[in-house]
Formats: sequence, C-alpha cells, structure tokens
Amino acid sequence: MLTQEKQAPELLEEKKTISGGEALIRGLLKEGVDTIFGYPGGAIMPIYDSLYDYRDQVNHVLVRHEQGGIHAGQGYARASGKVGVVFATSGPGATNLITGLADALIDSTPLVCITGQVFAHLLGTDAFQEADVISISAPVTKWNYQVTDASEIPEALAKAFYIAKSGRPGPVLLDITKNAQLQQFTCGEHTPCYHVRSYRPKPIVRKEYIQQAAELINQAKKPFILWGQGIVLGSAEQEFKAFIEKSGIPAAWTIMGAGAIPSDHPLNVGMLGMHGNYGPNVLTNECDVLIAIGMRFDDRVTGRLDKYAKQAKVIHLDIDPSEIDKNVKATVPVWGDCKETLPLLTELVEAKNHPEWLQKFNDYAAEEVAQVIQDELHPTSGEMTMGEVMQQLNELTNGDAIIVSDVGQNQMVACRYAKLNHTRSNITSGGLGTMGFALPAAIGAKFGAPDRTVVAFAGDGGIQMTIQELGTIMQSGVDVKIIIVNNQFLGMVRQWQQLFHERRYSFVDIISPDYIKVAEGYGIAGKKVSERENLRSALQEMLAHKGSYLLEVMVTKENNVFPMVPQGCSVSEIRLK
Amino acid sequence: MNQNHIDRQEFNITVYTEHHVGLLNRIATIFSRRKMNIESLNTSPSEIEGIHRFNIVINETEDVIRKLTRQIEKQVEVLKVYYHTNEDVIWQEMALYKVPTDVIAEKALVERLLRENGARAVVIRKDYTVFETTGHREETDNLIKVLQPYGLIEFVRSARIAIIKGSEGFNRKLREFERAEPGSETLENEYLNSREKIFSM
Ligand SMILES: Cc1ncc(C[n+]2csc(CCOP(=O)(O)OP(=O)(O)O)c2C)c(N)n1
Repeated sequence: MLTQEKQAPELLEEKKTISGGEALIRGLLKEGVDTIFGYPGGAIMPIYDSLYDYRDQVNHVLVRHEQGGIHAGQGYARASGKVGVVFATSGPGATNLITGLADALIDSTPLVCITGQVFAHLLGTDAFQEADVISISAPVTKWNYQVTDASEIPEALAKAFYIAKSGRPGPVLLDITKNAQLQQFTCGEHTPCYHVRSYRPKPIVRKEYIQQAAELINQAKKPFILWGQGIVLGSAEQEFKAFIEKSGIPAAWTIMGAGAIPSDHPLNVGMLGMHGNYGPNVLTNECDVLIAIGMRFDDRVTGRLDKYAKQAKVIHLDIDPSEIDKNVKATVPVWGDCKETLPLLTELVEAKNHPEWLQKFNDYAAEEVAQVIQDELHPTSGEMTMGEVMQQLNELTNGDAIIVSDVGQNQMVACRYAKLNHTRSNITSGGLGTMGFALPAAIGAKFGAPDRTVVAFAGDGGIQMTIQELGTIMQSGVDVKIIIVNNQFLGMVRQWQQLFHERRYSFVDIISPDYIKVAEGYGIAGKKVSERENLRSALQEMLAHKGSYLLEVMVTKENNVFPMVPQGCSVSEIRLK
Repeated sequence: MNQNHIDRQEFNITVYTEHHVGLLNRIATIFSRRKMNIESLNTSPSEIEGIHRFNIVINETEDVIRKLTRQIEKQVEVLKVYYHTNEDVIWQEMALYKVPTDVIAEKALVERLLRENGARAVVIRKDYTVFETTGHREETDNLIKVLQPYGLIEFVRSARIAIIKGSEGFNRKLREFERAEPGSETLENEYLNSREKIFSM
C-alpha cells in the first residue's frame, strides 16, 4: 500500500482548470483503464466530448446495447483481473445496465459504470430521460454515488475503483449530472484511494482459527475441499495448489471457480452442484471435514440444505463475513483473504495422501463416464451432442482457450466438459444465470486477454438475446469465435418440462434465423454443421480463421444434461439418468 | 425467513453510518427484499459529527437477525452494526396527544391524569392542549385510551430509541472511525470473539 508521503510529489503538480468530463477521462487513465465499453446519449455527451480528445490513449468500444456493454465489461474484468469500465447515458441507457449490474454483483465482478444524468436542477422533475438510477441500482451495486458537482469527480472516481476491486469485488456506479460534466474547475492530480473509513474490505487474519482448521484437517480421514471463485478473485491459485498438494485432499469446484487449477490435476475431482459430477456430490455427504474456500454455498451447489453435509465439520474460508454461517454453519470460520489464509494453513497441515478416499472419487467418476460421459462426448451414431462439440474443441485448443458460456444446457455442458489449463478461462453467468451473456462477455474477454483464443458457447435461445453485438464485433474487429449449439429448443427449460412437467412443452420451441446469413450481414464468416463427419474440420476452420467466426452446430433436439440433482433433493440423491 | 414463529422476538438493531444520500434506501431494501416489515425506525445524528445512528426494531428470530446485521454491515457506508434483545437495552418512545382544551379542563382531572401517566403539557392554547409522554409502547398506548373519551384530536408516536446496557466503550470505538487512516488490530475481528452473541466486526 502506498503511503501518503509517496503520493505527495504528484499532488504538487500544477493545477489546471478543466471540465468535469475531462477530469473523469483523466482519472480513468490514471487508474490504468485501457478499454471502455459504452454507448453515448444526451446526458453523457460532455464526457464523450472529452473522450474524443483522448481517443488515442484509451480504446472505446461502441456496443449495440448497454446490456451488451456491461456484459462486455464483465467479460473483460473476468479475463483480465482488472476493473471493467462501462459508459451509458441517463434514463434508458442506465436502466439497460441493470441486468449486468445484478449479474456482476452476485458474481463479484469488479466494474465501474459511469452513467450520465440530467442537469442537477432538473432532478426530480421527470425531465427528459431522467430515471432515478441511484435508487434503481442500489440493490444491484456494491456502492453507487451521484455526482452533481465537478469537484467531486476525482475523489468519487478513485473511491469507485477502490471499492470495486477491493475486498469482495463488485460493481460500482457513478451517476454524473450533465452540469457536473460541463463545469470547469481546478482539478488536482488524481490521487488513488486506499481507505474508506466505514469500509473494511479485508480482515486481519486470526491465527487461532487457522490453528483450529489445521487441527481438524490433520485429524480428518475423509477431508474434502470445495473451491469457488474466491481463489481466482484473490489471485491465490498458486497458494491453493500448494495447499491441496501438501494436504493431498481431493478438491471440487463450483462453476465460478472452474479453472483455478487445471482440469487434469490429479486432485481435481470435478464439478459440484445440480449438474456437477457424481462423486463430488455424493461424497459431500460422506466426508468428515468439508473445507470450503471462496465459495458461498449457493443453492444450486448445495441442493437441499437440511440434508447437506450434516455429518461433516465445516471449515469456511471467505473474505466476506456475511457469507460465514449464511447457508451452511461453519465449525471453524476462517475469515480472510485466501491469499493470506491459505499459506498459513498450508504451513500447519501435515503432508498426506488419502489414496482410499481419492479412489472413491475415481470410482464414481468411472461410473459416470460409463453411464453418461462416454455417450455425451464420444457418440458414434445419431445426432450430434453438445458434449462432443466441446470435446472436439478441447482436443483442438488443447484446453488453452477461454470458454465463455451462455446459460442453459450449453452452459452446463461447457462447464462440465471444457478442458481448462489456465485460470480465468471459464467465464459464465453463475449466480444470475443471464441468457445473452456469452456473446458480449466473449467480446469483452478478448479485449481483456487479447493473446488468448476466446470462444463463446451459446444456445439458440441465448444467442438471440444479444445477437446485435455482432455489430460490435464488426465495428471493433475483435476476434471472437462463436459456437451456437442449436437444439431448436430452449433446452434447459424443455428438460425440466420433460422431467417434472410430464413433457408439457410449453413455449420452449424456438425458431432461429439463418445465423450464417446474419453473420454474413455483419461481415462475419460462418458455417453451419449438421453432420458429425464435418464437425472437426469446421472447428479447425473456425480456429484457424483470422478474425471472428460463427459456427452453428445442429445438435440433438431432446438431449438432457445429466447427472442432475433435482430441485429440492439432497446432493446425494443425484440422478445419472 | 418466516419459520420458527415461536422463536421470534423484538430485536433492536443499532447501526452507525456515514451521513449519505441513499443509504436509508440501501438499508431498507435489506428488509424489504426479504419481505420483512420494520416495526420502528429512528435515524438521527450520533454524538459524533458526520456519523448517524439508526435504531431499527424488527420482530424476528435471532438467526435471521444475525444474518441481516451482517448484510447491513456489508454496506460500504455502514460503520458498525449491533443487535440486542429488549432485555439488553433501555428504550423509550415519545408520544404527543392533542386534545380540546375546554373538554379537558372541564371534565378531566388534568392534574391527576398527567401525574398518573407521567405526562406533561407542552402547549396549552385556548382551543387545544398538547400532552407529551415518554415510555414503552404500553404506557403511551394507555394514555390514548385515557384521552379518547375527551375528544382526542391527534396523536403521534416517535420511533423507538434504545441505549444498550452493556455498551461500554462505544463512544471510544466510534471515535476511532474519525481517524483518517485505518486503525491497527482493533475493531475488525471482534465478531469472531463473540460469534454467537453480539455481532460486530
Ligand atoms: C434472461 C433469461 N431469461 C430466461 C431464462 C430462463 N432460462 C434458463 S435456461 C433457458 C433455456 C435456454 O435455451 P437455449 O439458449 O437455447 O440454451 P439450451 O438450454 O438449449 O442450451 C431459459 C429460457 C434465463 N436464464 N435468462
């Protein structure tokens, strides 16, 4: 952390009179922002006017809808680890951000959103394009603030970045009235924020809880680790790896944590939750010590809570005290940043192996392969499956791509089967389950990680929710590979209707446009594949293509994602069919 | 959130916050989101300039209250949150009663009435008189019953304010927030000390 003394020379620099809009852009540059996803409009025009002067220093990506803008910001943040920045105008521009804010809040994604607002003297008059954005966005932001005077901008912006990225990250919104953007004022140098007195992002680690946790772990016969996105958000992948490798404990992940250690790590026993792997779900109810790290026991992970891991002592490592005891009572709460707590714990745990216990996971895995996975990934006849598309993709990318999935069956298949060699490679809307996320988030991810291959993996329903972002691809020239797995249904809803509503397929039949023509209209190359023998070459063509590419794969209409923990059931009641 | 009706009781939630626009809304939605009613809400400046104190009364189980207080404390502009049962606090509500002066002077034994209910007259005009009393809900309720026959014109009751019996060092703790830089080992992990009791971090 920088001290006040170190910042002093900057403060001495000459003060200049500039507009609020310019102060904002300069502040963004000082915060290290290189990319902004945005859409202009009346109430944010002074900011855009200033941006024009700085267009060589920061990349502004003009999206096609503010929802696309914010999902792109999320994709950028998730791929890069930096704060995503989004611009929108007042009223409809700002309200179009709400879905993305809710998504970013529940998935702890650091964002700074800047919205224009009507002149301060018009607030509350039902002025043109006035919406009460501070109130509307309050429940879906970590912090928000309305700026009505230019002099507030530097401090508010610095605070926004600090709050967005510190502690448990989240989206922050600054609503800036037009008069403040226009106002000329004397702007000092931008001073980053390191402290807000009412805000304790990071607790001081308490050693006695580390000790208690280590004792429990050292006595455990069947310890089991569950990890979530906290490992990624805390950049604690190495610390985590060291911990599991020393303790020899099998570890399973939530979809938000996927990729924090490679898919093929011998202690990585798979995915948790409703469509997770067989072993991790069943054995949750058999382990004696459950070590939850940076995860929040979402209901999609726990299934029925009163039958969840009742036999186990629970150690919960989390940076957010409100998560401790929220859903599952912790025997030992290790409140802290896992980047700090994990090494302390690693030091105290005994180096061990748990061969018999690990074997149980492997036995369940073998059963799952035989009953589910083999047919899903390597079918030899019949129509194509989503799983084999992912499997072929894995083989061609060798697991080095960033996979950005949408929501529904495609998401569960992507999360279950994507081979991930690197962290920050599985980008998906976990907590909110926002259809339409994949395409714009993939665009953002590519800007955040330009050297990596980025693949959007979406269903025929979800892609149509934000398909206009193909225009963003066209204009920015960003290179995103888009796979649409088309089952001609809103597949996941159809699956539930089949299993729980006697096949009453109520409005899940969805028609698609000719995606290849649509892509062509946007100047994007594309291909449609209906036959298995053409799949691999089409994927190869897509990956080899310079620039974006849209690949539509026709898959079985009525395939189901299994295993499945039916809603209201315990994780150990997971069904293989 | 509405199970275990039997275990429900009144809890007094004390929240220290920055004095910021929109914070009331953020705190209110923590309850409304869970379809919970706030029984009483008082917000006013604390003894320290710039820091406000909320007193919120909620009828719930302790388990729920504990989770809620953590959600409140999670708000960036909230400094500290405590919760207490009614036994842990000394609390008061103030009430004002407006009655026609002629009736009250003529029919009631004003003197006795005031004494019995610990009330006092705040304003006496020709047309009306305003009485004031402070106390628990039953006490202020009681005076309504007494005054109703005398043509009660208007009644108003304040939110509850509560002072915590075991709040040693509160003021000192609060003063620490005035410091510009983060303090050392203080405040932060107290909650882990008394996990099941008072929430605080
Ligand atoms: C914005 C939004 N609306 C509705 C839903 C409910 N929903 C969840 S999955 C799903 C079906 C998705 O269909 P599709 O995109 O074709 O993907 P598939 O399940 O077939 O892979 C729906 C409608 C949602 N998650 N998000």
